[in-house]
Amino acid sequence: MREQICKLVAEKLPELAGVVALRQTAVGTAPYLFREGDDLSQLVLEPRYPLPSVVSMLQKRYPEARFGVVARGCDARALVEMAKRNQIDPERLYLVGFTCSAEQAAECYCAAPAPDTAGWPQAMVVGVPVAGAPPNPLVAQYEEMSLAERRAFWQQQFAKCIKCYGCRNICPECFCEACALEDPLWVEAGMLAPPFPMFHLVRAMHMASRCVACRQCELVCPAHIPLTVLYDLMRRDIGELLGYEPGADIAAAPPLSLTLADGMVHGQDQLL
Amino acid sequence: MQYENVRTTCIYCGCGCAINLQVLDGEIVGVFPDPQHPISRGSLCIKGWNVASFVRHPDRLATPLVRQGEGFREASWDEALQLVAERMGAIYAASGPQSIGFLASAKCTNEENYLLQKLARTIVRTNNIDHCARL
Repeated sequence: MREQICKLVAEKLPELAGVVALRQTAVGTAPYLFREGDDLSQLVLEPRYPLPSVVSMLQKRYPEARFGVVARGCDARALVEMAKRNQIDPERLYLVGFTCSAEQAAECYCAAPAPDTAGWPQAMVVGVPVAGAPPNPLVAQYEEMSLAERRAFWQQQFAKCIKCYGCRNICPECFCEACALEDPLWVEAGMLAPPFPMFHLVRAMHMASRCVACRQCELVCPAHIPLTVLYDLMRRDIGELLGYEPGADIAAAPPLSLTLADGMVHGQDQLL
Repeated sequence: MQYENVRTTCIYCGCGCAINLQVLDGEIVGVFPDPQHPISRGSLCIKGWNVASFVRHPDRLATPLVRQGEGFREASWDEALQLVAERMGAIYAASGPQSIGFLASAKCTNEENYLLQKLARTIVRTNNIDHCARL
């Protein structure tokens, strides 16, 4: 699969400003912008980094340039939600998608381990898609709990938080310049663990209709808080109540995007 | 146009977490933790996440400062080191080795801290050496 991707990247590089992917060197592996003439033998697919955030930064810095990105299923979903919120321009992005293995999907409890390129302007997927993995068993356990037990569960989990903001920093969908988590109106400053439950629930609310289940927040958390239990249930509710699946369809407008104009609240029908 | 990650080690404490400095066209634009690092394993604390913010901070001292009256004036490294050597030598001559103390830093490498305690113990002959984490 890696060879196929490198071949595709090599073919596309002459017409792109560069391709965002992972580069492995003697000191480690990290995101890199491969340009024409670069050594593609250094291009690797593991581990996982939030490459969509790198694409967004590059596109904003170079508003005319066309880039490529080597993306797995969750990266592609993240890019879809970012496109809807003007954080990337899909017209200036070539998506080199690849499928995760069944083992990788199981590790991430991933329901959609292959990029969906339907509606994506320019894309190619390498590899044979595997079936989605079963959901995180902790979600089912959590749903067995009473309200009091759920509260106690989160109290215990959130008490471990060292307020590193890693969940926010790593999240491809967290791109606001002013963050509610740094606003004393919502989160009292100087408290460790942060005040229960505002810090984590404010973030959870902001993830509604945005979270694409990439699990980066959970992987980056030094306190091992099972954040995706919260976000998985949020995704389920958004699906059931509003019929929306974040990251699935690039043409579907996000249900919670409202605009205030002429003294009226306008919903998605006005947006697109 | 160049975007890369430069691998280094967080300087804020002794844990030794790996950080990737995101560098776009020669400018540090962000930090990524490293999921494959055996110590930090993809996590950072709030200081590590913000470790790059001081690199080009306007408050950062870029040159030695020498006290002058109520304020400071900029000085060259040669002048500053000469001044420290002279003053420390005078204090040493007047009051002996126990009148002098050294403070090492977590922001230096182990090797640099080793050299500082070597200076303290063998040249100045004092055990008055401590670490910035206990300031």
